[in-house]
Amino acid sequence: MAMEYLGLDEINGPLVVLDGVSGVANEEMVQLRTRTADGRDEMRLGRVVTLEGDRAVIQVFAGTTGLGLDKVNTRFTGKPMMLPLAEELLGRICNGAGEPIDGLGPLYSEEMRDVNGSPINPVSRTYPRNYIRTGISSIDTLITLIRGQKLPIFSGSGMSHNRLAAQIVRQARLGNEVGGFAIVFCAMGVTKDVADYFRRSFEESGALSRVVMFLNLSSDPIVERTLTPRCALTAAEYLAFEKGLHILVVMTDMTSYAEALREFSSSRGEIPGRKGYPGYLYSDLASLYERAGVIKGKPGSVTQLPILTMPNDDITHPVPDLTGYITEGQIVLDRFLDQTGIYPPVSVLPSLSRLMKDGIGEGYTRTDHQDVANQLFASYAKVSDARGLANVIGEEELSPTDRQYLEFGKAFEQHFLKQGQDVDRTIDESLDLGWRLLGILPRTELDRLDEKLLDEKFGPATGNEPPPQNILTPLPGGKAPKPKPDPHIDMGPEGPAT
Amino acid sequence: MASKVDRNEVPTILKDVIHSINGPVVTVANTSSFRMMEMVHVGDAGLVGEVISVSSAATTMQVYENTTGLTIGQPVVGSGALLSVTLGPGIMKNIFDGIERPLPAMETQSGAFIATGLHVASLDEALQWDVTVKAAVGDTVKGGDIIATCPETPLIEHRSMVPPGLSGTVSWAAENGSYTITQPIIKLVDADGVEHEVCLAQRWPIKTPRPVVQREVIARPLVTGQRVIDALFPIAKGGTAAIPGGFGTGKTMTQHQLAKWSDADIVVYVGCGERGNEMTQVLEEFGELIDPKSNRPITDRTVLIANTSNMPVAAREASIYTGITLAEYYRDMGYDVALMADSTSRWAEALREISGRLEEMPAEEGFPAYLPSRLAGFYERAGTTLNLNGTSGSVSIIGAVSPQGSDFSEPVTQNTKRFVRCFLALDKALAYARHYPAINWNTSYSEYYEDLDPYYIQNVGKDWPTLRGRMLALLNEETSLQEIVKLIGTDVLPDGQKLTLEIARVIRTGFLQQNAYHADDTFVPLEKQLMMMRIIMYLHDKTHQLVEKEVPVSAMQAAGLFDKLVKMKYEIPNDHLELFDDYYKDIDTICSKLAAEHEDRPGGKTLQVVAGGKSGTTT
Repeated sequence: MAMEYLGLDEINGPLVVLDGVSGVANEEMVQLRTRTADGRDEMRLGRVVTLEGDRAVIQVFAGTTGLGLDKVNTRFTGKPMMLPLAEELLGRICNGAGEPIDGLGPLYSEEMRDVNGSPINPVSRTYPRNYIRTGISSIDTLITLIRGQKLPIFSGSGMSHNRLAAQIVRQARLGNEVGGFAIVFCAMGVTKDVADYFRRSFEESGALSRVVMFLNLSSDPIVERTLTPRCALTAAEYLAFEKGLHILVVMTDMTSYAEALREFSSSRGEIPGRKGYPGYLYSDLASLYERAGVIKGKPGSVTQLPILTMPNDDITHPVPDLTGYITEGQIVLDRFLDQTGIYPPVSVLPSLSRLMKDGIGEGYTRTDHQDVANQLFASYAKVSDARGLANVIGEEELSPTDRQYLEFGKAFEQHFLKQGQDVDRTIDESLDLGWRLLGILPRTELDRLDEKLLDEKFGPATGNEPPPQNILTPLPGGKAPKPKPDPHIDMGPEGPAT
Repeated sequence: MASKVDRNEVPTILKDVIHSINGPVVTVANTSSFRMMEMVHVGDAGLVGEVISVSSAATTMQVYENTTGLTIGQPVVGSGALLSVTLGPGIMKNIFDGIERPLPAMETQSGAFIATGLHVASLDEALQWDVTVKAAVGDTVKGGDIIATCPETPLIEHRSMVPPGLSGTVSWAAENGSYTITQPIIKLVDADGVEHEVCLAQRWPIKTPRPVVQREVIARPLVTGQRVIDALFPIAKGGTAAIPGGFGTGKTMTQHQLAKWSDADIVVYVGCGERGNEMTQVLEEFGELIDPKSNRPITDRTVLIANTSNMPVAAREASIYTGITLAEYYRDMGYDVALMADSTSRWAEALREISGRLEEMPAEEGFPAYLPSRLAGFYERAGTTLNLNGTSGSVSIIGAVSPQGSDFSEPVTQNTKRFVRCFLALDKALAYARHYPAINWNTSYSEYYEDLDPYYIQNVGKDWPTLRGRMLALLNEETSLQEIVKLIGTDVLPDGQKLTLEIARVIRTGFLQQNAYHADDTFVPLEKQLMMMRIIMYLHDKTHQLVEKEVPVSAMQAAGLFDKLVKMKYEIPNDHLELFDDYYKDIDTICSKLAAEHEDRPGGKTLQVVAGGKSGTTT
């Protein structure tokens, strides 16, 4: 099947056109050999993207810089892009097209696989149920990461998404079963600094031998970027479903990936959709994200933690928007929290883990997990109302309940969200902290919790509750009563006495 | 014209080969062998495709499988038929891809990952069904007449029909017994004297609606057990509804609840371009969930069509039509069918993607100009109908819409609004506050009130429409009050308005909010919904009397009048509605006590004490 053609007929951006070819298959891999200006022989990889009669359009991964119409030898390999795979991939560093760049020589492959993968049959999937403990209160309690889930981090330029991702990688533990755990790291269009930061962070935590890195840096060819996540996910699928490992795939930055796709699409002259992104952006992103999961009868799992920077912090931008429709929730970072020094700056309300409800609670985390999470969400949602009101009429004029919400909001952000980079909290610690925070609010406001659960945590309802405040009576001097002690993290285990 | 001469010189066998490939779009040059919408087999692997445009220069087709590896010059073979599905026993309880290939059979062939070019029969052709033949020799039958029945699942009796368009006299009929879907059940001789065999199964093109005698008036609600839908924004059997919402607002959750609990005989669930894990969840959950009426797993009455977002885009376009065709087939048997399509936006995007590949002139936001007519064509296949065989059935369509950037002014939402009569808008703010179902009561609407009110009045309670009207009015009043509260807080409001806020809160948290994971709350029968509405309005009336007596709202709050009703959804099991009496007594006692206490106080207004009781609650 391998056929060679001499010369090209057209070069346009990352695309080259060849006329007079025959027997070429759609999506076939192509090798282009050329001699550079300084006389070296060079080979670039490409892929057939359109076929029309005897005309083939080829996308060149390393870009077309330096190519001329003559003196290019084009060889059709007859196969789609294949990635060599072996368990020895762990600990290696590859470029965006899957070739080792760590100077340790080529990989002795056990198997070659098409990087495009195939869709997992929904019948063959197992619904993901077991959680991954990240040691971060806000994520473990409210946006629990489940094995086999795809849970992106929506961030913005300059925010601490990389630190957060590195911390998750460092602290991630499998919920309650033992099993091999490994990381596939996929960098798309990130700076050298960021790539180095991750490498150092893996090294410091001693995880480097359990990590495969695929690096397409911001200075690398943009077309190669469309290949990088496919290589990474092919490696992940192999390690998970053939070698039985639990794989966490960290992909950063998906916005760069989508931009590469847009550049490539416009050079093909395709009709653009929203903001110039191609109409098939949804399908294309789905072909990546949907490669997470757990398969019946196979021990491993692929969990994805894609990171994307929202241009202008706009969550309705096509990339976060379409991502949110495919992934099973999202962790949204908030610039205001970030600037007020709260790390990790997780914006709780728009964040969500869709698979959480089935992977927590009895048998996984703790029986009261879902209830605490619901109540924290609902109460924190009211905090922003109270804050809005306080902005208009001033804190002094607020009703006592609203003031308690303000207090709760502050404590929630300072003690629950805020967490050191090296602080690894267990589920129990995080949940107990949640209970203590809820103690700031009057019991009648805890409408998502069962009476029984409340009795258990705060004692029976009658008698020792704070007297109900009369919202009609203006408070003397407009001074807020101090109904509860300061809910510092060091409070007694019983919570605030009431 | 010249090309015609050329073509005749080429041997037929060489004529129809692939000329170009662009993603899922393939063309064949210079041919006249294909018809519009004909089903074709593309390439050596025989990938399934459909002709979407025909011209003298090139015939264009969309391929329902991944085109990787196709080569120019590979053959394209027409099937001679429009893209069709097989209709017969074996559909129920099954899970298909977008072009009715059963996923379990595909798993057997290619393992956990779906390979391309798989050829599997839509329905198991070896399986024997226990058939009761209903037609006898000499009978005159016409299209749609039921000729045989067999138990398809313990819940569903499958009724095989004469294909529409065929009629004649039965010349031979099989005995009752076991037959496969391809064995003849009867033979009939038509008016021209030609004999036709009729089997348990038949084929039908997916883009052609199955014929009926006539549409009938919509008069019955699709009871969903979801309070906000049944009470405030009802869906009708044979009606259409859209559920738009940004990501994370609970579209899929709402669709699942409807699929689980609605009182349709049959549910067709189309997962169109959605998540693989979600389909797995449906498979697992629906298999475990027992229908209280029949005591059987609800999968017995469900068929799933799963075209996840990473499966080929053209099959996504077909999946909606496959779903509605299956739904119409069961409607023709006389069943009430509900079709859930999640999500129609993915379907519209598939149209856009194909349209882009065809280099058609785009209309709004890149969507093709024919988007509205396609949407209309789909939603108009819903309806309550008088079928050809005299039975009546219905197809209700509930379509989820995923607006880009949660912006309801985008083309898919706007055009869908034109063709549906019930609009359940999901709201991000509600979802953020974990108020589920996050259906916004201000922007949602249902046009079925007038059609359905007679049913509610006759079968549930005379006051149902009144109660609904009062609740909606209160909620709307609350919305405008909230505008003021945002500016100045609640303190300065007069007591009457404060009370409105409190009652609205009870309605919101105690009635509209519904917990899908709570055993009793996940499905609430209409009777309990009615009782809940009544008691909330009773509380409203009683507390208003107190306000007139100048009892402060804070005192009512302190007495726990409102909070008790918020939790009644959990405290009163669905089969112990008599417990509501205690709630009435409580309200009466507390209200009398408050009135009395207030009068005792110096300065308290002297008014005649209204004795507790359910009567005398006029406002």
